[in-house]
This record gives sequence, structure tokens and C-alpha cells, in this order.
Amino acid sequence: MASLRYESQVRNPLVTGTKDYHQITEDIVRPIESKASTLWKIGFAISLLFLGFGVYSVYREVTYGIGEWNLNKTIGWGWDITNFVWWVGIGHAGTLISAILLLFRQGWRTGVNRAAEAMTIFAVMCAGQFPIFHMGRVWMAFFVLPYPNTRGPLWVNFNSPLLWDVFAISTYFTVSLLFWYCGLLPDLATIRDRAKEKWRKHMYGVLAFGWTGSTKHWQRHEALSLVLAGLSTPLVLSVHTIVSFDFATSVIPGWHTTIFPPYFVAGAIFSGFAMVQTLLIITRKVLALEDYITMEHIEVMNKVIVLTGSIVGIAYITELFISWYGQNPYEAAAFKNRWDLSTPYGWSYWLMMSCNVIAPQFFWFRKLRRNLLFTFFMSIIVNVGMWFERFVIIVTSIYRDYIPSSWSTYYAPTIWEVGFYMGTFGLFFTCYFLFSKFFPVIAIAEIKHILKKNGESFKDNMEKEESESVEAFANEYAHH
Amino acid sequence: MAIKKFIVGSFDDEKVLFPAVKKVRKAGYKIHDVYTPFPIHGLDTAMGLRDTSLHTAGFIYGITGTTTALTFMSWVFNKDWPLNIGGKPHFPLPAFIPITFELTVLFSAVGMVLTFCYLCQLAPFVKKHHFHARATDDLFVMVLEVTGKTNEEETKAFLAAAGAKEINVQVAEADWWLGRYDKEEKLFANG
Repeated sequence: MASLRYESQVRNPLVTGTKDYHQITEDIVRPIESKASTLWKIGFAISLLFLGFGVYSVYREVTYGIGEWNLNKTIGWGWDITNFVWWVGIGHAGTLISAILLLFRQGWRTGVNRAAEAMTIFAVMCAGQFPIFHMGRVWMAFFVLPYPNTRGPLWVNFNSPLLWDVFAISTYFTVSLLFWYCGLLPDLATIRDRAKEKWRKHMYGVLAFGWTGSTKHWQRHEALSLVLAGLSTPLVLSVHTIVSFDFATSVIPGWHTTIFPPYFVAGAIFSGFAMVQTLLIITRKVLALEDYITMEHIEVMNKVIVLTGSIVGIAYITELFISWYGQNPYEAAAFKNRWDLSTPYGWSYWLMMSCNVIAPQFFWFRKLRRNLLFTFFMSIIVNVGMWFERFVIIVTSIYRDYIPSSWSTYYAPTIWEVGFYMGTFGLFFTCYFLFSKFFPVIAIAEIKHILKKNGESFKDNMEKEESESVEAFANEYAHH
Repeated sequence: MAIKKFIVGSFDDEKVLFPAVKKVRKAGYKIHDVYTPFPIHGLDTAMGLRDTSLHTAGFIYGITGTTTALTFMSWVFNKDWPLNIGGKPHFPLPAFIPITFELTVLFSAVGMVLTFCYLCQLAPFVKKHHFHARATDDLFVMVLEVTGKTNEEETKAFLAAAGAKEINVQVAEADWWLGRYDKEEKLFANG
């Protein structure tokens, strides 16, 4: 039987300090209502600088063609698709936290879900840039849409995984955005109702859609959140599955494997959680939200990192094993191009191995899981490793073609290809800085909802109504 | 425009609110609504609200997406322009699954959110009367509608006995209108 207020026996408080409902509002809204700090301004300026460099790099590519990136006949996919898969993967942790953990009733998601969902949206925005500009003639990007055109109409090929990607990524972006914004409505109303300045009252008045907090609206809101979570859960699995199909349905040795979908999904969650750690360790410090994003949250996420990191490790070893056991000479050659340190890209394989498989094993130690500096360092290491995973999969599988005469000379990106990647960092952080200044980075209403069962000052004083089962309670208070 | 008179009682604890809702309903008062800063499970049952059918709507939108995707792709590949793509069949169901699934999710999510906004009358530039500014912060605001039979003083005393911290009477527009939150609009001449 479900209780109205269930007190967890195993978890430490998720909200520390003496809080009441009003204090929660004060703490989370404070950064929005106060002036932007110097640190924020500097960070924002740097992000804009990166974004500007990215825009210029893209301008060079659009006017010259994708040869500007050092891509050639053999290496048709280089940094751009590596970055695409990397950014999409990062987005997945946000949906995992907001949707899957909601279905699993994990209370700790409440402190981190808002920021993680925002991260998802910004990461998918960055990811989308790469396939679009990789098309070369970007002004014809709309050709990927199935619309009744004047060329026949000549429709798109619904058999192609690249087209599935178009549907998967755009659906993923739309659903994530809707989910995130519906959750934001009540919190935006909170800011609106306490705003002193006229512009703020107007701006948040428009953004909050006239939310009142009516019981009927909350009932629908809860139903909506639950169904959207139920939809997002298979969606997030399908998105990275479809991204892996881009490779797995081809006939390139090294790509043509059935292990790819689960392996990609685990890797995506792995890198996504690392990015959540990077962002939240800074956010909680700068915005003084240590009472809401506690050590407990950091530790739980580190456990997810060591779990998914190990799954990824098993996938790497399985791939190696199958390349020998399968007795396919082409596949064996493709994998020798990875693990053999004397090959041109051997270093990248071992960099990936040490960052993704060996390094996270440190998180078996509780002391290290609860060490902020170490966690921050590891979160960067993991993301470097996961970037190299995609690089290894893409570049080492194609740089030595079937015919040695078409083997690529050593592929290295140009400054403009790197610039495009840097530009997406600029876009990501510009969005994140704006988000952290104008939106509540923690879901205010949801924290209030869990306060009495997970708040430090409420753990010991539960009353009769709070420990009663929902059924008994509803029966007692129903209107007969 | 429905301008009505309301008696507003604000509670500062959901533990007091729950018994109060029960008492108020037993006594036969008409609850217009209860505004809370966060969802309170069981309050809808206590108020006697029926369960929402939003899930069902979501399911219907979902199967609409499934049908749209399957019908459209089969029509394109079989009827409108049957292309031979590497000798593959014209109705490759497994290859249609990813897009069919994505459209199911997309239709369901977008449809549900639009329905939610329509049912709750939520949209940019929509303005509503807020009975208490702290209803989105830390107060639980119970609003009773004044009907012909209501004795105002008695009702106020009843709310106070039930544990309400602040009680007042408001004449307000119960619906929504288009407006700005930084401007006070006079919607009615007297009141």
C-alpha cells in the first residue's frame, strides 16, 4: 500500500538545513531576482565569444564546402558526426533523470531534474547543427522532410536510418521541450506572483500562461507529467538506438554489429551523467544551492556513472572478442586498427579505454564518490573518453578502406572543424547561462512536494495523516 | 464574464487543509477551488473531483500518430511513387517501425500538452484572478463561492474554526481574460 508520506529508511535527507515552503522559494528564486554576478557576466561573455567563433567557422564551411573540414573521399564522417553523437548522448541523461527516475519513483531526481532537462534541450540543439551543416548545401536541408515537392513528388526514403534520425531527433527535441516547459509553468507562476518590478511581472506573467495552482489543474498536470514520462522513456531508448542504426545497418566492418543499440544507450547515459555532474557541481556552488543538490545527489549519480561505465566496458570487450571469434578477416582488421598501438589511431582507442572503462572504477570507493573535486575531474575525463569512443568508432573504421590505394592519409581536423565544435560549446553554455539567470534551476514545486518526507528537519516529526496509506486516507476524507 | 463573490480562506499547512476540506464539504458549502503551491495527492479525492481523462486523450492521439505514419509511408511507397530501392519490398514493415514509433510519441505528447493547456485555459497573455499572491509560494487557499443561501459572517467563522489563517471576501471574475500581469484592469464597474 502506498503511503501519503513515505519515509525512506535508506536515504539520507535530500533537502538539508531547516526549511519551510517559503524558504525554498526564497533560496531558489534568489539568483533570478538578484543582479547578475561578475562571474556570471564573465562566463556569459566567454560563451558568446566561443559562439561567435563557431558562427564564423560555419560561415567558412558554408561558403567553401565541407572540404574546409579536411574530410576526404575515404573519411566522409569525421569530427562532425562524432560531435553529433556525443551531444545527443549527453542529452540522454536529462531524460533519464526526468522520465525514467520519475517512473521508478526516485526522490533524488527532484533536486537535479530541471537543470538536467535544460541540459538535454541545449545538447540536442547543439547536436542538430552537425548533420544539418554536414549536408554541405545547407540551404537545401529541408529536402529531408517528406513534403509534396515539385520534383515528382520524389519522397524521402523511409528505409533509411538517416531519415529515421530526422524523425527521432526532432521528436526527441519537441517532447523534451514540452516536458520541461510544462514542469516550469508552476515555478514561473511563483516568480510572477512575487515579482516587484513591472517588467518582471509582465515577462513571467506571459511565460507562466496564467497558472493559478488550482487543484484540478494540478491533477491534470500530474497526469500529464506521468504520461509524458512514460512516453519519454521508450523515446530516449529509441533515439540512441536509431543513432546507432546509422552505423549498425551499414556494411562497414566495425560498424555492422548487433550490439550497438544497447551499447550506445549505456554510453549515452554514461556521458550524460558526467555532463550533469560538471554543470551541477558548478551551479550548486555559484548559486548557493548546496542544501538542494546535496552530496547525496552527487554520490547517487556517481554510482550511475560507474554502472554505465562498466556496461560500456563490457561492450568494448565483447566487440573485441567477437572480432576474433567471428573469424571475419575484415572485421578482425578493423579492430586491429583500433587496439594495435602501432597503427595511426591506436592511441585514441587506448585513450578511450582508460577514460571510460578504467577511470570510473575509482567510484567503487565511497570516499571518492563523495569528493567534489575528484568527481568534477572525473566528469571531464568521462566526457573526453566518450568523445573518443565516437571518434574511434567513426574514423578508425573507415580510414583504411577495402583497397589500400584509397587508404586515407592521416586525418586531422582543420581549425574550422574544431571551431564548429567549439561553437556548439558556446551555444550550449550561452543557453545554460541564460537559463540559470532567468529560470529556476531547481523545480520549486517538486522540492516542496518532497520536503516533508525527505527534508532534514522533517524526518523525525511525522504525523498520523502523513504515515497513513492513501486508500485509508481517501476513505476517511471522501465526502459521503 | 462571470463576476461572482467569493469567501477566501488561506491555510498555511496541508495537514490543517485536509480536515478543513472535509468539514466544509460536510457543512454543505460550495468549494469553488483550492489553490496550492504544489500538487497534494489525495486533495482531488477529498474535494470530490473526478479523475482526469487526459490519459485516454493521450492514447487516442498516440494511435492517431501510429495510423498516420503507417498509412502515409505505405501510400508513398505503394501508390504515389513506387520506387525500387535495391529490390526491397514496397511494404517493409520492420523498416517502418522507427518512424511509426516516433510519430506515435510525437502525436501523443503534442496532443496531450495542447489538450492540457486547453482544459486548464493556459496560454501566453492569458490572465486570471489570483485570490492570494502566496498561493504559488506557501499558502493553501480555499475559495468558497457565495450563493444566494450563503451567510457570509457564518461562513467566515466556520473557516476560522477550521483553521484558516487569513479570511476575506472578494468579488472577482472567475474566468480568464487577455491581459498583462503588470497592469491592473478594471473588468467591471462596480465591486
